Amino acid sequence: MKNSAVRLPLTSSALVEAIAATEMRRQRRFNPARLIPALFGGTIVLGVALMAIFAPLLSPGDPNLQTLPDRLKPPSWMAEGRPDHFLGTDSLGRDILSRIIHGSRISLVVGVAAVLFSGSIGVPLGLLAGYFGGMVDAILARIADVQQAIPFLILAIAVVAVIGSSLANLILVLAITTWVLYFRVVRGETLSLREEEYIWAARAVGCDNWRIIWRHIFPNLLPSVIVIATLLVANMILFEAALSFLGLGLPPPTPTWGRMVSEGRDYLASAWWIPFFPGLAILITVLGINLLGDWVRDVLDPRRRISALF
Amino acid sequence: MAKDDVLLEVRDLKMYFPISRGVIFQKAVGMIKAVDGVSFTIRRGETYGLVGESGCGKTTTGRSILQLYRPTAGQVIFEGQDLTKLSGEALRRMRRKMQMIFQDPYASLNPRMTVGEIIGEPLEVHGMARGKQKKERVQELLQVVGLNPYFVNRYPHEFSGGQRQRIGIARALALNPSFIVCDEPIAALDVSIRAQILNLLQDLQGKYGLTYLFISHDLSVVRHISDRVGVMYLGKLFEVADSDELYRNPLNPYTQALLSAVHIPDPAVEARRERIILTGDVPSPANPPKGCNFCTRCPVVMDVCKEVEPDLIDVENGHKVACFRVY
Repeated sequence: MKNSAVRLPLTSSALVEAIAATEMRRQRRFNPARLIPALFGGTIVLGVALMAIFAPLLSPGDPNLQTLPDRLKPPSWMAEGRPDHFLGTDSLGRDILSRIIHGSRISLVVGVAAVLFSGSIGVPLGLLAGYFGGMVDAILARIADVQQAIPFLILAIAVVAVIGSSLANLILVLAITTWVLYFRVVRGETLSLREEEYIWAARAVGCDNWRIIWRHIFPNLLPSVIVIATLLVANMILFEAALSFLGLGLPPPTPTWGRMVSEGRDYLASAWWIPFFPGLAILITVLGINLLGDWVRDVLDPRRRISALF
Repeated sequence: MAKDDVLLEVRDLKMYFPISRGVIFQKAVGMIKAVDGVSFTIRRGETYGLVGESGCGKTTTGRSILQLYRPTAGQVIFEGQDLTKLSGEALRRMRRKMQMIFQDPYASLNPRMTVGEIIGEPLEVHGMARGKQKKERVQELLQVVGLNPYFVNRYPHEFSGGQRQRIGIARALALNPSFIVCDEPIAALDVSIRAQILNLLQDLQGKYGLTYLFISHDLSVVRHISDRVGVMYLGKLFEVADSDELYRNPLNPYTQALLSAVHIPDPAVEARRERIILTGDVPSPANPPKGCNFCTRCPVVMDVCKEVEPDLIDVENGHKVACFRVY
């Protein structure tokens, strides 16, 4: 027979060791396939960021130039498309590609800044409420309840009515209306983490409360915070659209992805490209941020770091 | 060892946890009496065993001695100072002298800190060592507990249960304490590892003159390691005696029942072992029975037990019992 020529006298334990060694080598070996999602996400995020920074250079035309004779033209590869409007034009004859490229500035800034700002309110308050409990918790949790009971738009209208509308105020409004999402999760996780034995150990060693919160609790709830943050970026971009649509955000004709989607909604049946391409831009950006966020979460976790990096 | 060289004295320690209701204005609707009037002394250099079944208040006693819970009432006098009166910086300074080893080595190490950070944290918090000095001390501690000093940059998940417990012990030793509360330090470990950790604890005691409060539900382990033993039931101390005396001559019916459950590694003796089986459950610590806490399950209960609470009385040479049958 062919393959029976060489037989290694493997005892069972030697066999086990051999298998284990192979397994180890397989785990240790650099595996580029594992990095694909992270690289993909990173490339998207980097690409969108560069697009936002160099918008005036990349954009084929003026995003606000109206050419009414050319209104509602489909993308250039379609029958009636025009070569100078690659992704077609909207109802006022503005070039959609130019508007998407310029819109990335507002959408990205609003999405990321609002998420960071919102988190910087919600996470510390959640930590305080969860860790100290008692009166602090009762008051903060009640504020969060009241906040959630007021519809998002009514609260936003009230805030804008008082402080006026601008890019900074828009970010502020979005942060004020969404911090509760962080607060709830962080508070809940802190409640369970503070009873962990390693927190008791930190107390026994003589750590003060701030050190326990910062060094022991915060790193352990970071994965949840990252997941919320990455999911919230998409929502922020859409919330911005809703506010801008009502005249509470940035005044028209400033191009933003959210506004392009909401303006194009009326033409969905006749000119699908108006809402479709900005929607696709939102989808790709959010996908990129999520893939990158998952990778960052893994890198920050000592138990997963090896497989996230190699 | 001088008999009056007392390191720690616990006087009438009580730790009640409120059961609260209400949203903003919380009001207490009851009290869990986790520890209800416990008094004992621990001499310098000895190992004091604290035994009892789950939920009897052993761990709470340990934690309230270290002021991790602030006791409801009573005094904890450590080296002449009442710890219950200390707070803030003064209490933090006392923590250098008293440390704790935890039950579950999988839960007691922060998964996001390296071994070096975990063992170095006490040094850092108390400003005792920084930078290179800290690293050297951590490596020295790793060697003391029988681990490779090059493990400093590894994370807890890379270690086995026994190794993790050694890390926990190294953390407790970092500040050169004189007193360590060992809260069931081997209960979560494989049987094959237990002896190693027990031997390590005993070696360290000899080397550094440590005093242990050894909390456990494992009677044979407590007998092996302890000089004196206290038996707890439902938040109260039922019997205290030198280890050999307690196991040879248990006086309280609860201690007798507890000891009768221990297997004896000798088939002839084991066959003669008479098991006292208790009926019923431990009453709720929120609503303990009137009189003796054990009166609902005691096989030799008397009328007086259901009315009056027995005091812990010295019956002979430091053998203390709380039971009307004995007085």
